[in-house]
Amino acid sequence: MSEQLADWTKGEQAITYQTCGACSHVQYFHRGFCAACGASDPHEARASGKGRVYAASLVCRAATPGTRAHVPYNILLVDCAEGFRMMAHGDSGLAIGDSVTVSFKPFAGKLVPFFTRET
Amino acid sequence: MSFITGVGLTPYGKHEGSSSLDLMSRAAQAALDDAGLKRAEIDGILCGYSTVSPHIMLATVFAEHFGIRPSYAHAVQVGGATGLAMTMLAHHLVEAGVARHVLVVAGENRLTGQSRDASIQALAQVGHPDYEVPLGPTIPAYYGLVASRYMHEYGVSEEDLAEFAVLMRAHACTHPGAQFHDPITVADVMASKPVAMPLKLLDCCPVSDGGAAFVISRERTGEAGLRIRGCAQAHTHQHVTAAPALSELGAEISIARAKEASGLAISDVRYAAIYDSFTITLAMLLEDLGLAGRGEAAARVRAGHFGRDGAMPLNTHGGLLSYGHCGVGGAMAHLVEAHLQMTGRAATRQVRDASIALLHGDGGVLSSHVSMFLERVR
Repeated sequence: MSEQLADWTKGEQAITYQTCGACSHVQYFHRGFCAACGASDPHEARASGKGRVYAASLVCRAATPGTRAHVPYNILLVDCAEGFRMMAHGDSGLAIGDSVTVSFKPFAGKLVPFFTRET
Repeated sequence: MSFITGVGLTPYGKHEGSSSLDLMSRAAQAALDDAGLKRAEIDGILCGYSTVSPHIMLATVFAEHFGIRPSYAHAVQVGGATGLAMTMLAHHLVEAGVARHVLVVAGENRLTGQSRDASIQALAQVGHPDYEVPLGPTIPAYYGLVASRYMHEYGVSEEDLAEFAVLMRAHACTHPGAQFHDPITVADVMASKPVAMPLKLLDCCPVSDGGAAFVISRERTGEAGLRIRGCAQAHTHQHVTAAPALSELGAEISIARAKEASGLAISDVRYAAIYDSFTITLAMLLEDLGLAGRGEAAARVRAGHFGRDGAMPLNTHGGLLSYGHCGVGGAMAHLVEAHLQMTGRAATRQVRDASIALLHGDGGVLSSHVSMFLERVR
C-alpha cells in the first residue's frame, strides 16, 4: 500500500489524486482501491494545481456562523490538468472554461483550495 | 399487477405543534379512508425518514404509534427519490405476494420542528464529508453548480428557469393545500434574493411541514383502477464532484428502463409529475425524460404546454416549488395529485385526460432516479 500523501483535507497546502496501476483510471476521492476496476493500491501523486472551470455557483446564503462570515463565496468544480474533477473555491469573476491555478485561503477554520485565473 | 388504492395528503406549510408521527398518521389515515381499508388489513409498511426526528427504526416506531402489526416493515432512504422508490418496492412486494396492502407513508415537521439553518445544514451533508462539505456548499449550491453548467451547454437563461417557478406558483394558487397562494412573475423571481447563483430564492423550493401516504394493493379495493404499469431506477453517483457528464445522467437511464418495463412511450403520457426541488431540476428532468427537447422546456412553459389545459399538464398541485417540500413527503404529493387527476377528483384543477401518467423522482444531486408509469384501467 503506497503511503497516503497529505492534502488540503489534512491541513497540507496540496491537492492529491490517485492513478490506478492496472487500468489507469484517475480518481480524486482517496480510497485503498480503484473505483473503476477494483485493483488495490492506486498510485498517489500531488497535482499541479492547474485546471479549467467546469461549473461555478456564488453562494450568497450560508447555513452556519462559520461559513456565513465569508458570503458571498464562489464554489467551483474544476477539471484538473491530471484528469480528475474537484470542488474548490475561486474568484467571483471566474467563468466556465477559464484556465485557473490554485492557491490556498482560510475558510471556516481550514485552508481550502482557491483558484484564480491563470495569468 | 399492483394498484394504488388510496392516497392521503395534508396541506403543506406550517403545522405548529404537530410532530413527524402526527403528520404521518394524518396522511396514513386519509390514505386508508380513501382505499376503504381498516388498519388490520394493512400487512406491509414502508416509510421515509425524518431529519427532525431521526430514528434507526422509523417504520416500526410508526407501526406501533399508528396501531398496526405488519408482516413486512422498514424505512427507505433515497433522498428526494424516496417516495417513488418506496412505491416501486411496494409494487414489487404485492406482485411477489409478500404483502396484500402496503402502506407507504412519510411526514415531517421540517419547518416548525427545527430552524431553517438546521434544515439547510442537515441536507448539505449529502455532500462528501472530506472533499465537499468543508467548502461550505448548500443544497442550492450543488444544484447551482449543475445549473451553471447546464445553462452554459444548452443556452438556457435565468429568465428561462424563472418560468418554472411562475408555472408552479400558478398551479399552487388553485390548490387550497398549497403553502403559497400569491401569484408571482418572472420579474419577481429575477428580483428575489440570491441564494446560490444562478439560483435565487424563488428558484428554490421552501421548507415545509406536511405528510403524504398511499396504499399499494394486489387487487383494487373500489371502483377506481389505478395501476402501476412499470417502473425503474438508476443511480450513477452520490456527490456532484463525481457526477457524470450532463448527457449521461441517471434520468435518461431510468426512463429508458421504465419504458421497457411498461411497454409505453413518452407519446403515451397524458400527465406529468416531475421532481422540482429547484427550477433547474425541473427544466433538466423534463428534457432528460424527453418531455421537451434540449433547452426547449422553458419555451414550452411559455406556450402553455405544461399548464392545466395544455398538452402535458405538469404538477397541477404546484410541485415542491409552491405546494411545498416536507422531505420525503414532498414528492409524494406529486403522486397524490396524479392519482386525483387520474381518478377525476381534482376539482377545479381537473385536466381533460390523465389516463397515463409519468412520474419521476430525483435524490441527492441528480444522483438517484426513479421513473414510473401509472395507468387508469376500467
